[in-house]
Amino acid sequence: MGTLRADRGDRPLVEIRGLGFRRGAVKVFDGLDLDIQHGRVTAIMGSSGAGKTTLLRMITGQLRPDAGSVRVGPYDVATLSVDRLYEMRRNIGMLFQNGALLTDLDVFENVAFPLREHTRLPERLIRHIVLTKLEAVGLRGAARLLPQALSGGMARRVALARAVVMDPDLLIYDEPFVGLDPISMGVVVRLIRRLNEALGITSIVISHDIHELRDVSDHSFLLGDGRVIGEGAHRELMASEAPLVRQFMHGEADGPVAFHYPAPDYADDLFGPESRG
Amino acid sequence: MSVLRELGESFVSFLRILGDMALFLLRLVMYTPRGLLRFRLVVHQVHNTGALSLVIIMISGLFVGMVLALQGFDLLARFNSEDALGTAAALALIKELGPVVTALLFAGRAGTALASEIGLMKATEQLSAMEMMAVDPMRRVVLPRFLGGVIAMPLLVAIFTAIGIFGAWLVGVVMMGVDAGSFWSQMQANVSGDEIFEGVFKSVVFGIAASLIAVYEGYRAWPTAEGVGRATTRTVVLTAVSVLILDYMITAALL
Repeated sequence: MGTLRADRGDRPLVEIRGLGFRRGAVKVFDGLDLDIQHGRVTAIMGSSGAGKTTLLRMITGQLRPDAGSVRVGPYDVATLSVDRLYEMRRNIGMLFQNGALLTDLDVFENVAFPLREHTRLPERLIRHIVLTKLEAVGLRGAARLLPQALSGGMARRVALARAVVMDPDLLIYDEPFVGLDPISMGVVVRLIRRLNEALGITSIVISHDIHELRDVSDHSFLLGDGRVIGEGAHRELMASEAPLVRQFMHGEADGPVAFHYPAPDYADDLFGPESRG
Repeated sequence: MSVLRELGESFVSFLRILGDMALFLLRLVMYTPRGLLRFRLVVHQVHNTGALSLVIIMISGLFVGMVLALQGFDLLARFNSEDALGTAAALALIKELGPVVTALLFAGRAGTALASEIGLMKATEQLSAMEMMAVDPMRRVVLPRFLGGVIAMPLLVAIFTAIGIFGAWLVGVVMMGVDAGSFWSQMQANVSGDEIFEGVFKSVVFGIAASLIAVYEGYRAWPTAEGVGRATTRTVVLTAVSVLILDYMITAALL
């Protein structure tokens, strides 16, 4: 058991309070509160630009908030030194959108990478662990291929094997369904659930693919306007009558989030002084 | 006024880059003792950068030596001192042409490869992925490449110089008929340890400069295709200019 689960008690694994963050003049978060409970698959949804990836970076300590606090297990992420940050990250696995495999290493070495960097395990044991993880994602046969020879779906499965190779307490998926064909999509959906249950870990899935999340998540948060605008089981969010939640969950083109980017009057733009050159 | 302001601004931004690069170098130097413990990574990079540049270094060395002998013979013949050709070619190669031309070729071949490799690793989130795996990319990616370049450069300079002298012998002795005995004996008598030290010192300094610029530009590149392209161009330009400036400064200091 890793350090994130050590002082478990009744507290959630991730606790975010009063989070504030601006990028230039734009307020990305404004007093956001969010709890992620142990052992569940939690989805964080939101339209493009709602700050999903920014939130993920705050949880992993890649970005620091302007206000509020982010706690992951015993770590107060915003105030950690680099050494403590790396200590925390050893217990977090992360799946990047494009896999982010190291292109000069083959599949086996990519999965073995964290083990070689952080442990002094004998080669026989490393081989055993890596092959077990590759078997779990169905790619033991691809162990000696280079990342360039993999399809998008396969690369993501290898990255998933790498993300769990250190037996993390928390596994974070950044847009795991983007750009996958239906078969790979089904495989990844099944893997997220299976890994969460088999390893007894906590998973966070950042995505806007509502339909896939239905089969994956135990609990969902919907971000908008710099806050959490809806939360609950997937079914509850689908049934919500709140206009913003409804527009997102049912993919309506127009609603509180306007179809049009703010613009001057249409007639003025077409026939006004500028049109006469 | 606006021209003055622009000049001032570009000078300030130049100083800022210089300062940032100095801090970057300082970090690398601090990590070096532990980086050397993982010697296999460094050896791999020496092989990478060295092997990348070896063929062009050898071909260029040969032709630089040959043209040096040709020009040298023509000049020395006017004073009836063709016998000094060996000394002239060797000194020019050891003190100047070896280190400078090797550094310029290194920038064009290995430097650009280093900058674009690191830049692409950044653009494809490989460096972020390492940070998320609690691995510092400065230690794991940048440092071995930097040390590899620093170690490879003096070796490449030695190869360049040796082949250059061979080229000079080929043209001077074999083609132009300079006496082989005086070619070699004058070279032996007149090239001192100090002069060899000057060449070695230059090759080490240029190795540090060229490798530092390459890894710095790659690491600081914007993570886009355009950013990586710009980083590789800047690597060549910056290395060429700084090697020539450093060359003058070292020569002036050691004379």
